Amino acid sequence: MSEQDPTGERGITEATGGVSTLTRGDFMSDQEVRWCPGCGDYAILAAVQSVLPSLGIPREKFVFVSGIGCSSRFPYYMNTYGMHSIHGRAPAFATGIATARPDLNVWVVTGDGDGLSIGGNHLIHALRRNVNLKILLFNNQIYGLTKGQYSPTSERGKITKSTPFGSLEAPFNPVSLALAAEATFVARTYDVERKHLPEILRRAAAHRGSAFVEIYQNCNIFNDGAFVGLTGKGGSGNRVYLEHDKPILFGPDNSKGVRMGVDGALEVVNVADVGLEGIMVHDEHHESQSLAYALSRLASGPTMPTPLGVFRDVEHPVYGDGIEHQLRTAAEQQGPGDLSKLLNSGDTWTVG
Amino acid sequence: MAAQIAPPDSDPAGSGTERTELDRVVIRFAGDSGDGMQLTGDRFTSVSAFFGNDLSTLPDYPAEIRAPAGTLAGVSAFQIHFSDHDILTPGDQPGVLVAMNPAALKANLKDLLPGGLLIVNEDAFDKRNLEKVGYASNPLDDDSLEGYQVTRIPMTKMTIAAVKDSSLNKKEAERSKNMLALGVICWMYGRPLESTIAWLEKKFSKKPDIANANIAALKAGHAFGETAELAAYSVKPAILAPGTYRRITGNQAIAFGLIAASVQSKVPLLLGSYPITPASDILHELSRYKNFGVRTIQAEDEIAAISMAIGASFSGHLGVTTTSGPGLDLKSEALGLAVSLELPLLVIDIQRGGPSTGLPTKTEQSDLLHAMYGRHGESPLPIVASYSPPSCFWAAIEGARLALKYMTPVIILSDGYLANGAEPWRIPAVEKLPQIPVRFASQPNAGEDFWPYLRDETTLARPWAIPGTPGLEHRIGGLEKADGTGNISYDPDNHNLMTLLRQAKIKAIEEDIDPLEWDGDDDAKVLVLGWGSTYGSIGAACRRLRLRGIKVARAHLKHLNPFPKNTGELLSRFDKVIIPEMNMGQLSKLIRADFLIDVISINQVKGLPFRAGDLEAEIERHLS
Repeated sequence: MSEQDPTGERGITEATGGVSTLTRGDFMSDQEVRWCPGCGDYAILAAVQSVLPSLGIPREKFVFVSGIGCSSRFPYYMNTYGMHSIHGRAPAFATGIATARPDLNVWVVTGDGDGLSIGGNHLIHALRRNVNLKILLFNNQIYGLTKGQYSPTSERGKITKSTPFGSLEAPFNPVSLALAAEATFVARTYDVERKHLPEILRRAAAHRGSAFVEIYQNCNIFNDGAFVGLTGKGGSGNRVYLEHDKPILFGPDNSKGVRMGVDGALEVVNVADVGLEGIMVHDEHHESQSLAYALSRLASGPTMPTPLGVFRDVEHPVYGDGIEHQLRTAAEQQGPGDLSKLLNSGDTWTVG
Repeated sequence: MAAQIAPPDSDPAGSGTERTELDRVVIRFAGDSGDGMQLTGDRFTSVSAFFGNDLSTLPDYPAEIRAPAGTLAGVSAFQIHFSDHDILTPGDQPGVLVAMNPAALKANLKDLLPGGLLIVNEDAFDKRNLEKVGYASNPLDDDSLEGYQVTRIPMTKMTIAAVKDSSLNKKEAERSKNMLALGVICWMYGRPLESTIAWLEKKFSKKPDIANANIAALKAGHAFGETAELAAYSVKPAILAPGTYRRITGNQAIAFGLIAASVQSKVPLLLGSYPITPASDILHELSRYKNFGVRTIQAEDEIAAISMAIGASFSGHLGVTTTSGPGLDLKSEALGLAVSLELPLLVIDIQRGGPSTGLPTKTEQSDLLHAMYGRHGESPLPIVASYSPPSCFWAAIEGARLALKYMTPVIILSDGYLANGAEPWRIPAVEKLPQIPVRFASQPNAGEDFWPYLRDETTLARPWAIPGTPGLEHRIGGLEKADGTGNISYDPDNHNLMTLLRQAKIKAIEEDIDPLEWDGDDDAKVLVLGWGSTYGSIGAACRRLRLRGIKVARAHLKHLNPFPKNTGELLSRFDKVIIPEMNMGQLSKLIRADFLIDVISINQVKGLPFRAGDLEAEIERHLS
């Protein structure tokens, strides 16, 4: 008989701290990785595998859950516990796992189609509940596995196989959506950002509650170069790195900044014109998500100055912790469950 | 708390009233949805159960919470059959009808037995209420009710008079009139008021005015029965097997069964559920038992509900989801995943009238083929069906036993009638409940590796290795898996093999379930076969036929997939097999297909259980 305790009574694993002897190799499964050569997913996989050993969490405590799509093959390549579930529902499966077992460290890997189209409902509700999940949304603005249809993050006018005359739909902004869904941790980064991506993953891992990370990811087959205006060599001028308690500056020699305009919307200004004191200071811990939301609306696409980093990081009650508290309180107040007492509750009568 | 009472007294008032002794009575309480008829029926049920009668109930209420007052659409009814002997159904036709308004009379009079007792709240028979349901004249004043024994009671006026000393306004006071009706019926059938009074005091402990008004109305009704010298009856306690009893509804029994399964298997329970009639009460009930470690999540939708349950099962819990037909539709894809993942899971379907939204509050048995085949691909799973409110306790434990032993999702079929109907339940001794041994994998099983699909040779179940177990890290998913390793495999022969293995695993369960039993005349040529909630109706119909000297046998399936191993052999012993179902012949199709027996199908989809009398006539028609 196993010594396992599926009740999760062993307490809650801290997401950080501790010493680990694990290496990146320990997190690589024996399965051949089958993404297209040149896919942005490779870089994200490598980043995740390199970050996990540094978290001080035993390997057997990690669970990777995915839905359907290119990104959703991710769990097969991780030498952890994993579930490749059905289209769009990964946040719901993960909610079951994290609620049953608060001792586990549960990651959801999803894409713009999986997470925002068929699975939009589960994503927003997982965020609203603040389930202890790390949700990585690989956004490539296209359907890859079904070979190139437009997605809910594709830009209006997008020409694809299913929209030969151009998409008529407005895209979702995943960061805006997550903020509006009460997410307590929201960040954005991109696949080939070798320093920023691992740092954001570490920040997400350290957050208790739902951590939502949008990762711009290049699909070199069906939507190549979608983010090149941001991630390419000439894109540095568009990368607006958010740092807590620092003025929001970007561009050559930090010559540009973000400030709140008179109409309440954020605008890009020359620092020389307004002075450093006129530039908005980023506050990722602000209780209201209004400023984070405004920041998420700064650019309408990755060809414009686009904030990267942590938009919001606040502490709210965590769903699974609340359930554990109710279970403990009930056991303290009513005593541990007594089956015979339960069956004999209510009005009873005896015959014979 | 378990309350023990003194032996029942058939003359509780001690007034020396002469009571006519009856062996059984069927009463229907009918009124507006806001009149509290379900509560009245429920209280009378409780009192009668406490008194020691055998009983069976049939709540019948509209889907609308408050349909327009006084209309036919808003009529809510509760039927109780209680007796001094073992009974099987809530009764075909009431002998007593309590009608709180003209709509209740109009909707229910057709069911009242000729010469039956009709007790009406005459205050509600005003011009407006009569017009609402199309009565041109007051039926209480014309001769349309001549064939019945009519008792007119000014219930509204009497209630207001009884509670005049309270601080309640007239409208609030009137609301106690259901308790006045209950008081009248309690007097007529010699039922003590104490337990209802205690119940009211507890329920309204924070609103003593309302408690007192209800108690005053209850006593006034009782006193009226005595002073008006209404007909007085007694129904003696039934002779039931020795033991401690309680009253239980199907949904409550399922909740208790799930908790029992969790205790017996030492596997914690997690319920993912989205509210849906008539299954929601299981969610409500289980949410109360946190001290048993029961986790309940009200999910954002039906798909999330089953997905959460599967996630919990992956993590070493017993995942459960409860639903009804429309929800089962939505869960199909995730259920297929559970078949592929080979994880224990319980899907509890409280069937209701379909298709689509159908008849949310009415009963039907029309999800059997859905449970069997409602998934794409070859995706077999065991199906267990409860057949009476108390048997829902057994069904939950049996479903859990199969799910945990064979690492498979199991569908448990109940229905709206079983869910809300109540019967006395002899409480089982916990020591007698089956043990459900569960072993989590703790060691590699293939050299130094762990293969998640390396099966147990006997059960064909795969090992259950839960996250947190070092060295057994593995990935599972909906893609076809290679036999043994569980790695993704598109190999044609492997898919064929895995399909056969999944099928064989479920089929082999026939060795591990009770054989199909039958009872009746040894030389009967006809077998009446049923499943689910027709158990009582079929039993009563066959009992009536046999009392008339007509030879008949009956059997009832509790496992629908696989069928008990002896099913084909047993059925082939009879010249005719008749299958009554509240659907268009779904079990008939399965029996024909599996055993090449040309069964006779009796079908009814009225949202209500079969009447034993109707079934008796239908079966008899097929005997010649």
